Amino acid sequence: MIDLIQTYWVYFLIGQYPQGPLGGVVLTVLLAALALLLAMPIGLALGLARVSPVAALRRPVTVLVYLVRGIPLLLMVFWIYFYLPTVTGHKTDQFTTMLVALVVFDGVYLAEIVRAGIQGVPKGQYEAARALGLSHARAMRRVILPQALRSMLPSLVNQFVSTIKATSLGYIIGLTEASFIASQINSQVLVHPTAVYLVLSLMYFLLCFCLSRFAFWLERRQARRDLPRPARSPGSPTASAASSA
Amino acid sequence: MIQFDKVNKWYGDYHALVDIDETIAKGEVVVVCGPSGSGKSTLIRTINRLEAIDSGTIAFEGEDIHRRGVDLNRLRSRIGFVFQQFNLFPHLTVLQNCTLAPIEVGGARPAQAHEKAMALLDRVGLAHKANAWPAELSGGQQQRVAIARALAMAPPLMLFDEPTSALDPEMVGEVLLVMQGLARDGMTIVVVTHEMGFARDVAHRVLFMDQGRILERAEPHEFFNHPQHPRARQFLADIRTPFARPA
Repeated sequence: MIDLIQTYWVYFLIGQYPQGPLGGVVLTVLLAALALLLAMPIGLALGLARVSPVAALRRPVTVLVYLVRGIPLLLMVFWIYFYLPTVTGHKTDQFTTMLVALVVFDGVYLAEIVRAGIQGVPKGQYEAARALGLSHARAMRRVILPQALRSMLPSLVNQFVSTIKATSLGYIIGLTEASFIASQINSQVLVHPTAVYLVLSLMYFLLCFCLSRFAFWLERRQARRDLPRPARSPGSPTASAASSA
Repeated sequence: MIQFDKVNKWYGDYHALVDIDETIAKGEVVVVCGPSGSGKSTLIRTINRLEAIDSGTIAFEGEDIHRRGVDLNRLRSRIGFVFQQFNLFPHLTVLQNCTLAPIEVGGARPAQAHEKAMALLDRVGLAHKANAWPAELSGGQQQRVAIARALAMAPPLMLFDEPTSALDPEMVGEVLLVMQGLARDGMTIVVVTHEMGFARDVAHRVLFMDQGRILERAEPHEFFNHPQHPRARQFLADIRTPFARPA
């Protein structure tokens, strides 16, 4: 196994780069990161549309959400890879295909997370904001979303983790991400499939594990701030003095 | 200042407000009381359009506020509203709770809004908590902050929807004192409350509601000593001797 890693680690990490296209683990990370980065604002916008008082915004987005949610990601990849070129007129490359598929898929799932987060904030918060004269948009931005985003964190991480793993579907259309490279290595070596796929699994696990730990750390940090623990109150060291007079 | 004219509201088949006609003058302190489900919270929430109405009109300073095309946000910034559950924003400090509307809606400069908010917090006796988080305050303190927050836009009218009902008994007094202070300064106030002591000592008028109707309107002295309507008599008897009611 040591031999295997020594021989192939550069190939596994970056594919044929710089002689050929970038690939391997770096491509996997790049794809996942780009997909999440692009899906975030889309998810937020779709989520807000889902709870919008304007039916013209709410309805089409609701349809889109139900549609995308009801199709396997693999099929979405196929649709984009095989159908999109007939519309745009030129071939969609593998990376763009996977990126678009992941962004659409994640955008819709994030939208549902955003919606649930918004609806999880007590109704009185929205009423209080509106009663002060804040518009719907300002109430969302200043009062509801800051609270909703905190409660959404665990679900967001869940979605991020599943996106990292979903990049492996790129294998199907020949995108040279980590899974594809691993299977290339496997067909060159032939005799050590267990070792090859063990390394691949470990790689995915490590990426997801680090992300989960980071989120856990964020959550802990957040919880410390939310708890009514007067001693930690920023800027008001005397806040613990119970004064109900 | 507020005129209800033939106001009706339904929740499905349930007639929540029935032909409400009422006028509340500038500077008046009006207590709305009645058994639960009588429509008093619904009534007060129609004044800043937290609840829609189905027919009739409500005018605030001469303007029909349930008409389409009313500048709702401007209207609401001119009506302070205090909720039973305080509804402070937990992610903002006490001071930020009080500066949010002036900065976001009123277009005030932060420094100016801070100064004003500190003055209001001082008025409700909580200037020393300006940088605390709402979760660090007692219920009574939270409600006093909520009052300061509602006052931040300098509204000419304050509405209180059962402001002391969610409080432990020992914290009721501090909130009522702040409200009494407002009344003394000439603020127009409508309060839905079960605090009959407050009604007796501070209110100019009491409205008694039952089943969506205003059954009795009277000065507090009259209302407590000579209630006219049988339902009002029953209500007063019930709240005075809650254990003495025959089964």
